[in-house]
Amino acid sequence: MTQHPGRRGFLFGGAVIGAGALITACTSNEPAAQASAPAAAPAAAAGGNDTPGDKVVIGFSAPAADHGWIAAISKNAADAAKQYSDVELKAVEPTNDINQQISAVESLIQAKVNALVILPNDGQQLNQVARQAMDAGIPVINLDRVFPDKLSYRTWIGGDNYGMGVAAGNYIGKTLKDKGVADPVILEIQGIATLPLTQDRSKGFADALKTFGFKVTAQQDAKFTVESGTQVASNLLQAHKKIDAIWNHDDDQGIGVLAAIKEAGRSEFFMVGGAGSANAMRDIQADSGVLKATVTYSPTMAASAIKLARLIAQGKGMSDLLEQQVPQSITLTSETVVKDNADKYLPTGFES
Amino acid sequence: MTEVDQAAPANAPVKPAGAGGPLGRLGEVRHLGLVAALVLLAIVGVVTRPENFATSSNLVSILALASTIGVITVGMTFVIIGGGIDLSVGAVMALASVWATTLATQAYGPVVMIVCAVVVGTGAGLLSGFLIAYGRMVAFIATLAMMVAGRGLAQRMSNQRTQLVQPDNSMIVDLSTTRVLGLPLLVYVFALVVLVGWLVLNRTTFGRRTYAVGGNPEAARLAGINVRRHTLMLYALSGLCCGIAAVLIMARTTTGSSTHGDLYELDAIAAVIIGGTLLTGGRGTIIGSILGLLIFTVITNLFILNGLNTADQLVAKGVIIVAAVLLQRRSLKSAT
Repeated sequence: MTQHPGRRGFLFGGAVIGAGALITACTSNEPAAQASAPAAAPAAAAGGNDTPGDKVVIGFSAPAADHGWIAAISKNAADAAKQYSDVELKAVEPTNDINQQISAVESLIQAKVNALVILPNDGQQLNQVARQAMDAGIPVINLDRVFPDKLSYRTWIGGDNYGMGVAAGNYIGKTLKDKGVADPVILEIQGIATLPLTQDRSKGFADALKTFGFKVTAQQDAKFTVESGTQVASNLLQAHKKIDAIWNHDDDQGIGVLAAIKEAGRSEFFMVGGAGSANAMRDIQADSGVLKATVTYSPTMAASAIKLARLIAQGKGMSDLLEQQVPQSITLTSETVVKDNADKYLPTGFES
Repeated sequence: MTEVDQAAPANAPVKPAGAGGPLGRLGEVRHLGLVAALVLLAIVGVVTRPENFATSSNLVSILALASTIGVITVGMTFVIIGGGIDLSVGAVMALASVWATTLATQAYGPVVMIVCAVVVGTGAGLLSGFLIAYGRMVAFIATLAMMVAGRGLAQRMSNQRTQLVQPDNSMIVDLSTTRVLGLPLLVYVFALVVLVGWLVLNRTTFGRRTYAVGGNPEAARLAGINVRRHTLMLYALSGLCCGIAAVLIMARTTTGSSTHGDLYELDAIAAVIIGGTLLTGGRGTIIGSILGLLIFTVITNLFILNGLNTADQLVAKGVIIVAAVLLQRRSLKSAT
């Protein structure tokens, strides 16, 4: 329960920022200024939304975790549900098979849950079944990977992949500019290159670097796994005798990337991570290696999604906004965690 | 290689294309082809990236990359020469790495971790081997089951998280960071496994029996070989190699994880096939497999050095597999 105000604050902070993001397409990712927003949101502004209401059953379906971030998503959802006596969470077996996830969601529709929280393996491919749920009168809270059809979800909440790239690009661009580096060698280690989220991250990164007059020297994908991170990084280090900065999209594969860097004995550059794992934050705090920052893509969004599902199912709004109802779309910002503010983010960092 | 001819009875031709060919010469010809391919790739490397490719640090990096999967490839070569297949290698390596990096195991220190990885790997291999040799299951099915279940068990044990090697056990990580004569220790482990594998396959009764069992199990049985026990041991050997590979991957990545070794089974099988080992069993060489693997590793290296993407790399690998098999057919024909 001690985390409760923080989570709540995070939600509303995210909501306020997200409302702005809808209009401005989320261009602001300046580290320090935005970073304080969630924590600063007043915890007491609840307006009675937390008082027990009608009993609601919330169905939950997400990909199977073989990765720290996804594991944290499920845990955050389960923890949030436990905070409410009026919420029963019906989580179906997580799976990475689209076919199975469709069946799982169908079974939740059959069970007539009051609301559904779905993190689809692929938004396009799960769109149809989400639409079925909405047609059956079950509000769908779409978590992170978005359904293309707006009729398929009541509310979307998720991270900002483009913004994550922007945050990383801004940090790297500014740091290099301050150092007065001309024509820097900047490398990018992506996750799974074929995913739209990866392409969004890379686009944001390139766009932000462009404002500093820099560009990405080389780009490789490392499939989000530790082992692939090691392989790709050790080859990339060979390809570039002198590097100025590396952005690695994912802190889980980052463990492998850092191992390769250590193995090669290189330290002439700095690295920025992605997603905000607790390990990465501890490394940044210790300031003992090349990792100097990470840009968040926080799995706490799952806890927020459960809370939103409860509000929607109970017909409540978000009382510290002026709206009578929960907004249709909430985009979290990607925040930049550096040595100075790492202690503030550590509690929300996930163990990989 | 002459032992092969003695061990595989001439009256039992298994494959019409290769019956009774002069295997020794064939092997050499194939190896020359593979070496030529490697030289060609090296030339491409030197021409496209003169400042990077031929540096000692790049060559060391290639060897380090090849080590983990190389150890697995040695085990796979034995299994395939023995007429089988092992689809579970990647999963077994992942399972062994996870088991060895649970906090409970790590509490006992690096030596216990290494022993644990090796025991888990060998145990999984023994189980597959038992199902195949005594349960009369098809190897493809038994190891497929082991692949799926092993991956699942690894996910279960690790709680689907990445398990870091704790600082107290840095001896494991030292395998990859400590260098002797310029090479990381894990490359020596790889070299040792290759050497022992070569000796066992070419200089021992066990090796001769492996060729015999793969060439014609019935003939081997009539010749007095305990085919079942031998098959069991081949899979145990493959599992042992996975256990050793798990130690190497722990050293390289500083972690144990259920995602380790993804698709290693296919890479290892491809390397063995390119190396000239017949999928139907009975003939093949360790050296060929290692050359096949090095070709793959050098290609990956070349692609990344030149900033090309993974998709093109996969296409190139596919083309190489097809080319190698076509070449294999031609040289088999010309050998008869």
